[in-house]
Order: sequence, then structure tokens, then C-alpha cells
Amino acid sequence: MQTIARKPVTAPMDAEVPATQAPRSKAAVLTLPVPRRPAASGRLARAVRDIATVTLPPLLTLAILVAVWEMLCSTPGASLPAPSAIIENSWQLIVDPFFDSGGTNKGLFWHLLASLQRVALGYTIAVVVGVALGTLVGQSVWAMRGLDPLFQVLRTVPPLAWLPLSLAAFRDGQPSAIFVIFITSVWPIIINTAVGIRNIPADYQNVARVLRLNAGEYFFKIMIPSAAPYIFTGLRIGIGLSWLAIVAAEMLIGGVGIGFFIWDAWNSSLISDIILALIYVGLIGFMLDRLVALLARGVTRGTANT
Amino acid sequence: MSHAYLSIEQVDKSFRRGGTTTEVLRKVSLEVDKGEYISIIGHSGCGKSTLLNIVAGLTDATSGAVLLDGKLVDQPGPDRAVVFQNHSLLPWLTVYENVQLAVNKVFGKTKSAGERHDWTMRNLELVQMQHALDKRPAEISGGMKQRVGIARALAMEPKVLLLDEPFGALDALTRAHLQDQVMQIHAELGNTVLMITHDVDEAVLLSDRIVMMTNGPAARIGEICEVPLPRPRQRIALVADPTYLECRSTVLRFLYERHRLVAAA
Ligand SMILES: Nc1ncnc2c1ncn2[C@@H]1O[C@H](COP(=O)(O)OP(=O)(O)O)[C@@H](O)[C@H]1O
Ligand SMILES: [Mg+2]
Repeated sequence: MQTIARKPVTAPMDAEVPATQAPRSKAAVLTLPVPRRPAASGRLARAVRDIATVTLPPLLTLAILVAVWEMLCSTPGASLPAPSAIIENSWQLIVDPFFDSGGTNKGLFWHLLASLQRVALGYTIAVVVGVALGTLVGQSVWAMRGLDPLFQVLRTVPPLAWLPLSLAAFRDGQPSAIFVIFITSVWPIIINTAVGIRNIPADYQNVARVLRLNAGEYFFKIMIPSAAPYIFTGLRIGIGLSWLAIVAAEMLIGGVGIGFFIWDAWNSSLISDIILALIYVGLIGFMLDRLVALLARGVTRGTANT
Repeated sequence: MSHAYLSIEQVDKSFRRGGTTTEVLRKVSLEVDKGEYISIIGHSGCGKSTLLNIVAGLTDATSGAVLLDGKLVDQPGPDRAVVFQNHSLLPWLTVYENVQLAVNKVFGKTKSAGERHDWTMRNLELVQMQHALDKRPAEISGGMKQRVGIARALAMEPKVLLLDEPFGALDALTRAHLQDQVMQIHAELGNTVLMITHDVDEAVLLSDRIVMMTNGPAARIGEICEVPLPRPRQRIALVADPTYLECRSTVLRFLYERHRLVAAA
């Protein structure tokens, strides 16, 4: 008896023809042919095309920009070097970023590493303090009302404006630079964390109440994961600001670091070196932003898109 | 005093916002026996969710009381598990972890880790979700989410299961499938269930009694309809059943003749 149920489900390709010719009754059932799958070679071609559509436009724009730049700055008497001149003038720096001749006479790698270390320290403190303060502020309506205007004002103070104050307080360049990074990047982290905590859906709170989660369980199992997309928005803005702040701060503080390198090059009229350093600063800033974005995607999987 | 398993006694509820007070529920009383399946039906905004939340302990009644198994309800707890209308699974946890969170919290002291795993699995099997353990809520359909929500609630081994329009957001086919599953689970476990619905057929198919609420403000229980259909119930066979049709028309007449929503959208 079971064989009756096992009639082939697929219809032959020409099933349409008899179906349309059959006498039309009310509620006739029309069986449609099963569509075929696209070939595998088509998929590979599509992947190549997808990569090309992402990478080709920026490469093309870059090529055009460099060409225009080359044309504009190749004329005698131009105040800025053309790309070809930069490669020629700064060749030593380009090919050997790792040399170390003592003092501040080092390859670009060492300058960038010193700057990144300062950012890592200042930013880490900002993350810990920012998330903790943001959680506290977000939990209480009154803390939010009292502190939010203060935060909104303080966050607009430019990074460099903090530097004299921190130099006066710390009497040393190194901790001052780290403090400037901290104070610049902490505000967006506090503000976004607080907003994330405020926006925890009432439903999740109800789930927690029905389960009778205690304060610790509620913090780690509901609050932090629920606010994670907001927290990471703050972290991403924060890392961008830290990188902005470090270059400016190092120009004034001196020592090893990409900011000081740029200042030093300016004092020696090495414009090519400055442009090379700027390219590195841009690329590293971009990578830092991507890094936090990637981390956010990994951690908040599923949270952001519901 | 009453000897019912769950009794809602003279519950009033008004919300105060600014200077205005809205009276939502007035003198609502209901007694539910152990193992009974009760539906609450009424027009949108009449106060069904408010009543359910009072039973859950998530909202405080202005006056009156709720007693469950002889004890006064004064805070939320896992003995009154709620399935919310929009599933409210935690999106950062997988299907398994969502149920496990409840199991670990409720049975953390009384069951071993192995027993808790088995219990989590057993409840997911009950709603036939054992195939999607590692999926996150965003990766499964609305019907599946609701099933996981039901599994999470069942896993708390509640004295009363509270369902707030559990199938409201689902398409008709998925809804029918879930109704059958809930009927089967009810037959197997004999839970006491309080379910809000706005679907008359759903109410008649699933319930032992249908509680019909009048329109707000100050809504109260208008009528209660007994559904004396034998179980197990088959939706196809019931289509022409005279008892089924009678219950259905009783509820329809209550909702659309005597208590029409005048300001209906
Ligand atoms: N927290 C609240 N504050 C003020 N009014 C509320 C609140 N919750 C519900 N209400 C009001 O109570 C009434 C009943 O709401 P609800 O119980 O959600 O209705 P239902 O679930 O039957 O659609 C509505 O008019 C709603 O506006
Ligand atoms: Mg409702």
C-alpha cells in the first residue's frame, strides 16, 4: 500500500503541454516542471566579477588621482613633490622601515609601533572606564539627566586642548599623551554604552524577571550582550578619535612616534617624508577601524540584525 | 475562600499617567482548575495582556489578588512561565542556549549538568526543534521562534503556562501546525494553560473554557463559554461538529453583536 504514496513528484519537461490542453474543470491542478540548477562554472565567474566590482573602482580612482597629481606637481616651481619625486626622495624610508640608528632616527615601523603602543594603552583604559561609567549612567534616569549634558559638552573639546592641562598634571610627555588618548575616546564609549543600556527591550527584562536572574546574571547575560551593538558603535568612534589624537599629541610631545616623525620632517623640509608618513597614518587608521568593526561583527553576531 | 488551583480574585487595574487615570480592568474574577486550558478573548486594547501580566506578576494589580496553588502572587517567577507575543528569545544565544538559560536557572541546584542537558533536549524535542540547536533566532522562521519560546516556558516546569497571543504573528498554516503541537503537549503533560487569543477558531479548538472580555475602559469578564468537546480533537472532524459550531457562534455573537468595538480601526 505504501508504494502508492511514492509516485514521482517531478514532472517531465513537456508536462505543460498536456496540462494546458486538458479540459478545464474548476480547480484544475497544474504541475510545473522542476527548474534546473545553475552550473558550477557560472558561480566561479560570478565570484570573480564580485571581487572585481569591489576592487576595480577604488584602484581606478587612485590611478587617476595619482596621474593628475603627477601632472600638476611636475612643473618646475611646484611647491609640493610629485609622486615620482616622493619615491625618489624617500626611497630609503620606503624600502627599509626597520632601521634603527638610535635616538629618534629610526625606520617608520618603529615610529608607528610607538604610536600604536600609546594608543593601545590609552584606548584600553578608555574602554574599561567608558563601559563601566556608561553602564552606571544608563541604568538611572537621574544619572542620565544629570551627566549627559556634561558629557555632551566635554566630548566636543578638541584633543589637543587637553594636552597643556595633562602636561601640567603629569609633568611628563608619555603619560600626558596616553591621557589625551583616553580623554578623547572615552566620551563616545560612555554615551553609546549608556544609550545601549537604556534601550534594552522590556521583553528581555521581563524574561529576566520571570527567570528571577540576580544582578550579576542580569549584567552579564542580558545587559552587556543586549547593549553590545551600541557599545561597539562607541568603540569604533573611539578608536578613530584615538588615532586622530595621537598624531597631534606626539607632534608637541616629541620622542619616538609617527606624530613627532612628521613634525621632525617638516622642520628638516623633507616634504616627501611627510607625505609618505601620511599614507601610513591613513592606512593604519583604516585598519584599526576595520579591526574593531570585525570584532564587533564577531561578538554581536545575530544581535544587530533582529 | 476558593479551592481552585489558580484564582483571580476581584482584580482591579488602573494606570496613572500624569494627572489622568485610566481604569483598564474592573472586578475581574476567575477560577481555573489544575490541567484546564483557558482562552481569554476580547477586542484589541481591552486589557487581556494586562490581566495576563498581573497573573505573571510582571504588573501589580491596583486591588484584588491572584492566588496560585494556595500562595499569593506578588512577583514574577518560573512557576508562571510566559510565552510573549513576539517570542522574546535572546538573539545572541542559540536555540539550545535560550532554553538552557532557563533550565540552568530553575534546576541549577536540583539537577546535575547531565540531567539539565537531557531536560533541555527533551523540551526542544517536544516542540520538534532538536534539528536547529545551534541556530540563532534570526536564522529561524517565526513559527520556529515561537516553538522555542514554548520549549523555554515548558522547561521551567511551570504550574501555569501563560501564553500572550502566541500564534498571533504567524501565517494560517504555521499557526494550525503549532496549535496541533500545543494540543498534543497539553494532552501529554496536562499543563494548566491561560492563553490570550483574538482568533475564535483557535479558542474553540484548544480550550476547555473561553473567557470573553467586554470592551475597555474598565473591562470585565462578560461571559464564559464551556467547550464540551472530547479530546483529542481533530480540526478537520470538528468543521461540521454541532457543538463546535455552537461554541463558535456563541463567541462570535458576543464579540460582534453585543460587544462590537465601536471605535474599531
Ligand atoms: N503601562 C501602561 N501604562 C498606561 N496604559 C497602559 C499600560 N499598559 C497598557 N495600558 C493600556 O491598557 C489598555 C489595555 O492594554 P492591553 O492589556 O495591552 O490590551 P490587549 O492586550 O487586550 O490588547 C490599553 O488601553 C492600553 O493603552
Ligand atoms: Mg495584548
